[in-house]
Amino acid sequence: MAMPVATPALALARFVPASHDRIAPAVALVALAALALLPWSSDGGPSALALAVARSSSKWPAFDGAVALAPLLVAATTTVVGTWLGRDRLTAGAAALGLVWAFAGAFGAGTDGPAFGIGAALGLAALVTCLARALARLGAFAGDAVIATIVVVVSVLLAIFIFFPVGKSLLAAGFDAHGRFAPGIMAERLFAADIWGIGCFGGGTHCGVAINSAMLAIIVGTVSTLIGLILALVVQRGGQRYAGLLKLMSVLPIITPPFVIALALVVLFGRTGLITGWLDAIFSIPRSRWIYGLPGVTLAQLLTFSPIAFMLLHGALNAVSPALEEAAQTLRASRARVFRTVTWPLLRPALANAFLLGFVESLADFGNPIVLAGNYEVLSTKIFFAIAGAQHDPGRAAVLAVVLLGLTMIAFWLQQRWVGRSSYVTVSGKGDGGSPAKLPRTLWVGCFTVAASWIAFTLVCYAVILTGGFVKDIGRGDMTLTLGHFAAGFGAEWGAHGVLFSGSAWDSLFNTVKVAAVSAPLTAVIGLLAAYVIMRHRFAGRRAFEFLTLVSFAIPGTVIGVSYIVAFNVPPLELTGGIAILVLCFVFRNMPVGVRAGVAALSQIDKTLDEASATLRASTLRTLTRVVMPLLRPAILVTLVFSFTHAMTAVSAVIFLATAKYNLATVYIINRVEAGEYPLAIAYSSVLIVLMLGVLLAVQKVVGEAQLGRRAAGALATGH
Amino acid sequence: MDKTTGGVVFERVSKRYNDVTAVDDVSFTVAPGELVTLLGPSGCGKTTTLRMVAGLEPVSGGRILIGGRDVTLRAANERDVSMVFQSYALFPHMNVLENVCYGPLSMRMEKTKARELAHAKLTMLGLAGLDQRLPSELSGGQQQRVAVARSLVLEPAVLLFDEPLSNLDAKLRRRVRQEIRELQQSLRLTVIYVTHDQEEALAVSDQIIVMESGRIAQHGTPHELYEAPASRFLADFIGDANLVEGELEPGPEGMRFTAHGVSAPVRVNGLVPGPATLALRPHRLRLTPPGKGIVPAECRRAAYLGSRIEYVVSTAWGDLLIFDAGGKTLHARGAALGVDFDADAAVILPRRD
Repeated sequence: MAMPVATPALALARFVPASHDRIAPAVALVALAALALLPWSSDGGPSALALAVARSSSKWPAFDGAVALAPLLVAATTTVVGTWLGRDRLTAGAAALGLVWAFAGAFGAGTDGPAFGIGAALGLAALVTCLARALARLGAFAGDAVIATIVVVVSVLLAIFIFFPVGKSLLAAGFDAHGRFAPGIMAERLFAADIWGIGCFGGGTHCGVAINSAMLAIIVGTVSTLIGLILALVVQRGGQRYAGLLKLMSVLPIITPPFVIALALVVLFGRTGLITGWLDAIFSIPRSRWIYGLPGVTLAQLLTFSPIAFMLLHGALNAVSPALEEAAQTLRASRARVFRTVTWPLLRPALANAFLLGFVESLADFGNPIVLAGNYEVLSTKIFFAIAGAQHDPGRAAVLAVVLLGLTMIAFWLQQRWVGRSSYVTVSGKGDGGSPAKLPRTLWVGCFTVAASWIAFTLVCYAVILTGGFVKDIGRGDMTLTLGHFAAGFGAEWGAHGVLFSGSAWDSLFNTVKVAAVSAPLTAVIGLLAAYVIMRHRFAGRRAFEFLTLVSFAIPGTVIGVSYIVAFNVPPLELTGGIAILVLCFVFRNMPVGVRAGVAALSQIDKTLDEASATLRASTLRTLTRVVMPLLRPAILVTLVFSFTHAMTAVSAVIFLATAKYNLATVYIINRVEAGEYPLAIAYSSVLIVLMLGVLLAVQKVVGEAQLGRRAAGALATGH
Repeated sequence: MDKTTGGVVFERVSKRYNDVTAVDDVSFTVAPGELVTLLGPSGCGKTTTLRMVAGLEPVSGGRILIGGRDVTLRAANERDVSMVFQSYALFPHMNVLENVCYGPLSMRMEKTKARELAHAKLTMLGLAGLDQRLPSELSGGQQQRVAVARSLVLEPAVLLFDEPLSNLDAKLRRRVRQEIRELQQSLRLTVIYVTHDQEEALAVSDQIIVMESGRIAQHGTPHELYEAPASRFLADFIGDANLVEGELEPGPEGMRFTAHGVSAPVRVNGLVPGPATLALRPHRLRLTPPGKGIVPAECRRAAYLGSRIEYVVSTAWGDLLIFDAGGKTLHARGAALGVDFDADAAVILPRRD
């Protein structure tokens, strides 16, 4: 059986597509057509071809249209030829050069140049696709054109809509008032006393805003972890009776806009609040504004975030299977020893995780502080006021964003370092039998009391919001029943042309639903495709790609909002003021949810199904559409619901981006609060909550409740 | 293309994962219409080898030819092979017919034609009438046959089986492996079959390739492998074997094997005198009355299994396992006996150390 054939050792373990790429020439033609026929810039007008031929110089002060665009047109033509002849190196080189030239020209022209329009977007997107396919044929991405397209397109999108804006806004911290780069100013701004001052510890009145934020975050992280642990203990050791609580807690964070708790607290504890009034009347405790400031924000954030800590710790407690504790007991360990040697080590990573999550959530929170913080300045609102306030100082906003991002990144880094590696919790889905050990009597009574009062408090807050809209002014104690607020917000009447939505809130509500409905499927598609590539294919750069898709999770919404304003206000990417930027913002902020849901679902699906499909001659695309996607249906629905509800309730990023013309529900409500119109804000909030709940219940009905409750909560609990 | 001319040529193929070499410079040929089994303990590289034939793993070096065509750089969906997976990998959201039609439809065959082909294969495998069932509604054996039908429907140049019986119970396993063998012979299919079960391998194969740590340990027919194992590992791995360490010495009537003062004539081809291992199959050993035979023995254990009696006897060569198929009497424990064997039953393995 000797085989005297010299066999060259392959340098790379890879496959190369055999047949001619039939799709690439069509894509390349699309690129060329878009450049030749469609308007190049966003304000319409001539195509790239026309601009180049006319040597138009109106938009390029330094050079003319021929210089800016002719090389791109040549590159696109070469790409068409390259794909046609199957010359992959030629294709890749031409497409890459064309892209580099287009972007260099666009950014080189500066803020007076043309903004990318439909022709530019379509043409460049098609060139990116050609580049990806050619790279695959040259051996990258395991030689798979579909994988290459997904990875390259998603990476380019992330680069444009996450890394470019965030990078640009962070750099803005280093520019002085005249737009010159000045590292000295950056350092000066970065270490200014109003950011890092610690006067409040030494008897002074104020601390720096970063210290304020960090203090608040540490308090919220610690206490919400503690409350979460108590609730989890009660639910887990209390048996089936408390299962309803679990469900409630898993749903609340999803359907609640982030300022709702703060609104309820104002209604209850504000100067003219309900409880304040009773205390005044019964105990003669004088009315005060104590709720505005650190106590109020802390309380609001605790109420808002403790369900997340609860869900996380409940999962961890469940994973500490009774069998382990029983095993330890049978090995003659005392109860204290069991706790110290088994329960505590198993729980510790989850506790650290819950703390860090509470910490990060508190830092990123915008809705509660904007209502309640008063004079207690925190980073997220301070950033907002630096942009939106009278001072309009993007440089200052950028500095604060650097600080906020830095704090968040440190927390995530710690999470990866401590928790990521030492997590023993495995979710096997199998019950191990056995019942958890009973808590000692006094501990149980203590836990139960705390849990019950906490739940009662939460319910009161929600009751205030859900009923507050039906009385004249709950914030001032005027409890006359009225539908006036709903009429003002959501009035509708029969006009000459059908229903006339005369209420003032309709515009923002319709806009919100529209934006949420458009962004949800995009989020799901991009997120799940990325998850599929990450889970099912091995290629160089896979880990880096995974990191890129998840990193936007760690960026606070406020930072994203500022970045979008800074980056997309000027050509060549001029998007602000439209509805597109809202959609893009949601898609790229929520994408990690889709990635996580997809990764979780795909790890449950046997990989040999994909392989079977491949050996049955199915193309990657066919495998994707016929085998993977149908099996991912639950994950798709979870992602759709989550990104829809999240888009409906988000505030922090979009408050920078919403405009009078394209307003959003949450922004509208915040504006009402700022104007002191609490009843309308409360009425609108209750509408949002009921709407979210309706969507959630409808979907649960479709999917089966078990999957949704658990997965959505899981996605939430791992960061947001 | 004529499916019966080509077979598979595996030419100096290696597979490395970073520092680990899973398959090391492996070459073999599978002739058309032949069933070749890759046999070995887990981690020996047999499944990796199969997956490289399928195109599910790219090779790190070497060439793979299927039907005479170099497919080394072709992905799985561009190779003329089909695979029956250990888990069957039936698509859970498609019914039986949709599963079997999946391949033809992937190749853009017309729907009616695809259905026709699928029906033919389903009927052939005794699955007629189960078209509309979902995989979860079938028994394990039925699922396995659907998986076979789904692979056969493409009439591939090579059919690959990855431990296809491991999810079946012991009784069914024997029947299904017979069915697979009959199917392969009647359709003259070229098959590569992976298993870790040596009995299964002996039962179905034309040729067996035994692999050990990423290399081929021996390649031959079941008979060759059983009767003439090339190494200690092979003698021990396939079937039961009594292994005795000793010396090979020239005698007046040819070579003799001596260990612990007892010597026996052996038939040897091309081995030089020196240290050697003697391998004796239990069914080739005979029990004799005391004083006769080659090695004196004492009965230690006897187990009556119906078709045969299994003895363990202690001798100067250590404990020997003996299968006595014709025995009428059951020797008592402690009984004095002798052990005899023919010269051609003794296989001499060169000692590696």
